[in-house]
Parts: sequence; C-alpha cells; structure tokens
Amino acid sequence: MSSHVKEHHGHEHQPLGGRVLTLPFLICAALVAVAGVILFQRYTQGLAAVSNLNDGYPWGIWVAIDVVIGSAFGCAGYVIALLCYILNRGEYHPLVRPAVLASLFGYGLAGLAVLVDLGRYWNFYHMMLPWYAQPNSVMLEVGLCVATYTLVLVVEFAPAFLERFGIEGLRAKLNRVLWVFIALGVLLPTMHQSSLGTMMVIVGHKLSPLWQSQMLPVFFLLTAILMGFAIVVWESVMASLNFRRPMETPVLSKLAGLMLVVASLFVVLRVVDLIVRGQIGQIFGGPQSGWFVVEMALMISGLALLIPKANRNRSRALFLSASLLLAAGILYRLNVYLIGFTPAVGPWHYFPSVKEIMVTVGVFALEIALYLLFVKKLPVMHAVHPEHG
Amino acid sequence: MSKNMMSKNKTSGASVSRRGFLRNAVKGSAAAAAAACTTVVAAPPEANALVRPPKPLPPDAVGLLYDSTLCIGCKACVTACKEVNHMPPDVGPAQQGWNAGGGDKPIYDSPVELSARTLNVIKAYSHGTGATKDAAENGFAFIKRQCLHCADPSCVSVCPVSAMTKDAKTGIVNHDPSACIGCRYCVLSCPFGVPKYDYNDAFGEIKKCQLCKQQLAKNELPGCADVCPTGATLFGRTEDLKAEAKRRTALKVGEYAHYPRGDIAGKVGGPRSGHEKLVEAAYQTHIYGEKELGGTQCLAVSAVPFDKLNLPTNVPENGYPTLSEGIQHTLYAGMIAPATVFAGLAYLAHRNTKNHTDE
Repeated sequence: MSSHVKEHHGHEHQPLGGRVLTLPFLICAALVAVAGVILFQRYTQGLAAVSNLNDGYPWGIWVAIDVVIGSAFGCAGYVIALLCYILNRGEYHPLVRPAVLASLFGYGLAGLAVLVDLGRYWNFYHMMLPWYAQPNSVMLEVGLCVATYTLVLVVEFAPAFLERFGIEGLRAKLNRVLWVFIALGVLLPTMHQSSLGTMMVIVGHKLSPLWQSQMLPVFFLLTAILMGFAIVVWESVMASLNFRRPMETPVLSKLAGLMLVVASLFVVLRVVDLIVRGQIGQIFGGPQSGWFVVEMALMISGLALLIPKANRNRSRALFLSASLLLAAGILYRLNVYLIGFTPAVGPWHYFPSVKEIMVTVGVFALEIALYLLFVKKLPVMHAVHPEHG
Repeated sequence: MSKNMMSKNKTSGASVSRRGFLRNAVKGSAAAAAAACTTVVAAPPEANALVRPPKPLPPDAVGLLYDSTLCIGCKACVTACKEVNHMPPDVGPAQQGWNAGGGDKPIYDSPVELSARTLNVIKAYSHGTGATKDAAENGFAFIKRQCLHCADPSCVSVCPVSAMTKDAKTGIVNHDPSACIGCRYCVLSCPFGVPKYDYNDAFGEIKKCQLCKQQLAKNELPGCADVCPTGATLFGRTEDLKAEAKRRTALKVGEYAHYPRGDIAGKVGGPRSGHEKLVEAAYQTHIYGEKELGGTQCLAVSAVPFDKLNLPTNVPENGYPTLSEGIQHTLYAGMIAPATVFAGLAYLAHRNTKNHTDE
C-alpha cells in the first residue's frame, strides 16, 4: 500500500476525466464547423472567393499566423524536451507530456493550414519526392523538417496513448529507442524554426530594414525558444485555473529565469543588428516603425516584469509576463511576414477577410478542442496528489 | 520510482555545480553568438562568408531590349502576347463598369498590371500636363512589364519542387504547372513582381512570361517582339542587346540613329528592316537590368528615370539568392553540422533517458 502511495507521489500521468461536451468544447466545435463551410467554398471556387490574398501579398494570415506563429506555439515540446532530456533537468518532467501534446497539435494543424493555403494542394506530395526536390529552396528544408518533426511528435506522444490502452509491450520497446526521437525532436525545430527566418531573407528590399537582416534565422530561433517557454508557462497557468489544479509555480519560476535570458538576448541582438547595419535611425519614422516600437515595448515590458526575482514566483506576474512575451513573439513574426512587407511593384493592399480570419480561428479552435479531449481521455497531465493532512 | 530518485539525487549534490555550469554555458554561448553575429553582419558583402558567388548569365542567353523612347503605347505586344500564349482577356479595375460584356466575358482586353491572365503589359507614366513624350516633368512615358529572366532568379531559388527552372542554354525561366504545389513563394520572392497566381480559379496556376519558348522553338519571334512596329521591343542575345543598349544610351539629342526591328541578329523570325529616327529625348545612362540583382536577360532603356516608371531601382547588384542560399549552404554544408548536432543530442538524450522507466 505504501509503495502504491509512493508511486502516486512519483511521476505518474492521469487522464483528467470529466465531461467532454463542455461549453468551451462546443464553442470550439462550432467554430471548426464554420471554418469547414468556408473551406468548402475555398476548394470549389478558389482562394479569392474567401480570402483577400493577392499577387502583392501572396502570403496572408494563413501563412503568417497559422504556420509561422502556430508552429512557434508548438515549440513548447521542443524547449521542454531540450531542458528535460538534453540538459537533464528532471524537474521539468511534469511539463513534458502536455507540452508535447500542444506541439503535436500546433505542428499538425500548421501542416493542415498549409494544405488550405497551397494553390495546387493536390501536388503537395511532390515535396517528399526526391526527383522534384530543389535543394536550394529554404522552403523545401522547412517543409520536410516540419513533416518529419510532426511524425517525431507522434512518436514522442505515443507512450501516453500506449499507456492508456495498456499496450505495454510496444511501449517498453518504444521506450528503449525513444532517445533517438528525443534527439530528433530537438534537432528538427532548431533547423526549421531558424529557417522560417531565412525564408524571408530572399524578399530583400521588400521587407523593411527594421526586420530585413541575415540575422533573421537567429531571431526566429530565439523567438521560437522564447515562445516555447512562454506558452508552457501560459498554458500551465490556464490549466491550473480551468482544471482547478495546483499551480506548478516552482518549476515555472525557473522557466521564467530562462525566458528573461532569451528575451534579453533577443533585444540586445536586435539593437546591435540595427546599429551594425546602420539602420537604427529607421526606428524613428522608418516604414512601419510604429510596429517595431510596439514589438520592442511588449518584449521589454515582458522581460522587465521578470527582473525582480520575487515576481518569478507570483503566478499573476508570471502569467502577465508570459502573455507579453508571447505577444512580442507573435508581433515579431507578423512584422516579418506581413506588416513589414511591401510588394515590389505596387500599390497592393492586404487585410484579411472575415472568412480568412474565421478559417484561422477554426484552426486554433480545433487545436483547443483536441487538446481538451486528449487531456481528459489520455494520461497527459501529472497526477495531482492531495495534500497530506 | 527511479526517475523520482534520480531527480532527488540531482537536487542534492550535483545540481549546484550543474546550475553554475548551465548559467555559464548560457552566458558564454550568448556572448559567442553575439560576437559571431556581429562579425557576420558587419562584414562587407565581398568578405561575407555567408554569401555564395553570383551566377553568371549563360553565354547564349536570350532576352528583349525595351526602348521606352521608341514605344508609342499601341499595345500591339499585349494583344500578340495573349494570342500566342492563348491567354484570356483581362479587365482592369477601372473598366469593370462598362466592360462587363455578356455575362463574364469582357468585350475589351484592358489589363493595367501583370496578372495570371496577362504576361506582358504596357504601363504609362504621366506627370503634370503630360504634354511631352519621354519627359519626367509635364510629360509621359511608357514602360513594358514582363519577366526579366534574371541571371540569378529568386523564383527558381525558392521553388521547393523544381517547378520554376532556368534553361541552361537560353537562360529562359520556365514554369511547369504539373510540378507546382501553388505555394506562391515565387510570387512573394520575385524582386520585380512578375510571377502571378490565379486566385479566382479553384485549380489556379502560376503564370509568367516564358519568352515564348514555343515560338523560339519554331524559329519565330516572341509575340511582343514580332509585332512591335517601332522596334521598341527587340529580341536577341542578351550580350548583343546589352551592346545595343550601350550604343543607344550614348546617343545625343538631335542626331539620327538606326533602330532595328524583330531580332537584332536578323535570324529569328527572318530579317526585317529597321528605321532611322531622330533622337528627341536624352537617354538615361542607366540600362535597366544590366546590374540589377545580378543582371537580367531582358533590358530596358528610357529617357525617364526608371524609379518614375515604377521599377525597383534601389536594389543590390547581387541577386538575393546569393545571401539566402549562402546562409543555407553554410549551415547545411554536407549536412555535417546537423549530423554533428544530432550526434551530440542523441548522446545526451540516450544518457539522460537511460534510467527513466517511463518516457
């Protein structure tokens, strides 16, 4: 009996249980249905029927938000695996499964969003065929890397599945080789998250000098790591509130320290990069400089909140800081992919249509609905043990 | 469980030194990264290790020379382009009211910009009273837009599935819709805003000028050069066209000059007569496409500065692929760096998960 109790004190995962058809779940399902109807129109009448995409702005929010920002949301699994298994910080272990699950949906749905955006989606498999491959293409690297990583995430999450359905033999076998997938699960996001930045290097003068830099891969990697940390903190606080679980504050406060380091590094490198390129003056009145100021203000206020050590133990401060840093990362990526971009021979205008926005909303709603379903039905979250006494 | 014990052990002894190590590692790598980045960014283009060498033009590259001072804005080239390439009529936004025709079919072809229906278009610049041809002040001028067929094309560099290719001999940038996945990265990356996608078609294609390669195969001229009455659009080997452009930009106002029509070498499409014309407006010395982004096979000369004609002028002399491919090729050279990182990660992951019973 005592060993049993001890086991539950250890690192055990449990399905949260509870009703599946809750109000948030149903709202999400309704939003997914709305997106489905819009997508029917998109596939029967073309992209212009539902979106404001045009030849000046061939990439809109489906790329910038669903893929570029959505995959950064999916970096929770990346940073936690890095901490837990590569840097061997066992204390982060409770965060692994929820993080991997969030990543799985983040990446899986980014892949889905690509199929929505591709103008000739029926040819998408050409990306995987070596005789079509064009090795100079940054996008080929990103595409293959993201596809492989999604499979890696499936394998990383498989133990929860196998555990739930009692397939112990396979689970034991998988555990013996899991280190290969963990290593891949750290390598692949490092590659494609930085390459998401490299992708915009080739647009050259069309991206405002406030963002155009050969440092783009470095900044994209930094925002991926930062947003990975921030989403873990954010999600953990949300899960605590909504599922009435105790806060994981001690672990989160350590993450907060890491967020501070990464965010500070980002700000310093960003300013150094602007100075070295001789573009620092663009901050004052350059194209889209207002958005640069907002981006920096979000980043700096988010990290400033974490400077007093006491704040890193306050869940409210942590939540606010994580939200600010997340917003800063989102805005940075949006600036690079949309706001800071001016087409070559214009004028062109782009603002997403309502239908376009509803598709993006639907993608994220699907992510939330699946997440809710999975944490209730599968052993994802750490078992909560009642306090002694 | 063992992992629990492991983490307990960790927190007791080893963690202090490890934490210190981690902190130093973070600090150290941050400083190193900052130093490396600064070096990379600060290096001048020729010393920048990340930049790959520019691609030269194929020796037999062909293209067009457009002379804005010869263009009379008749748009015969626009019509010919549509016919030869079987492109549907296009309607500019301002014409929609009266140009609806019966149902969807427009009466007039009235494109104002390149699109998935229009591979070649004549645009006009006008200023003030618009009285004088080829004058930037109170004047007007024409510009022809079509694919410039870059020496180092961005669209070819970005295409993940080799749908956009550059012919090794003619240098023509071709597009193969059967390979294309419709990602529109070519549309996004083209520094001249050339490739276009059809957003109104559920099965839309990327469209761009392919220099009428089907005509060239029959030893016939590209549609636009074939019908141009003044020789404003001239076909030929890019080297020959470049020499011709230099000859024209050196001409003085008031002198008579000979202007050929069709193929500058008189071979493709058969020999054609040229014409003598008085040089009425001073040419800009700038030959558009000679140096822009690594050079283009199609060139333009004009009496009005090219920025006024809405062409990108403030661009580097090397194509953008020199940097983006340079970065990728440096990071992924022989996949050595990723393989090394993977080996390190795999070693650590193997060591650190060995004692874990779950996960």
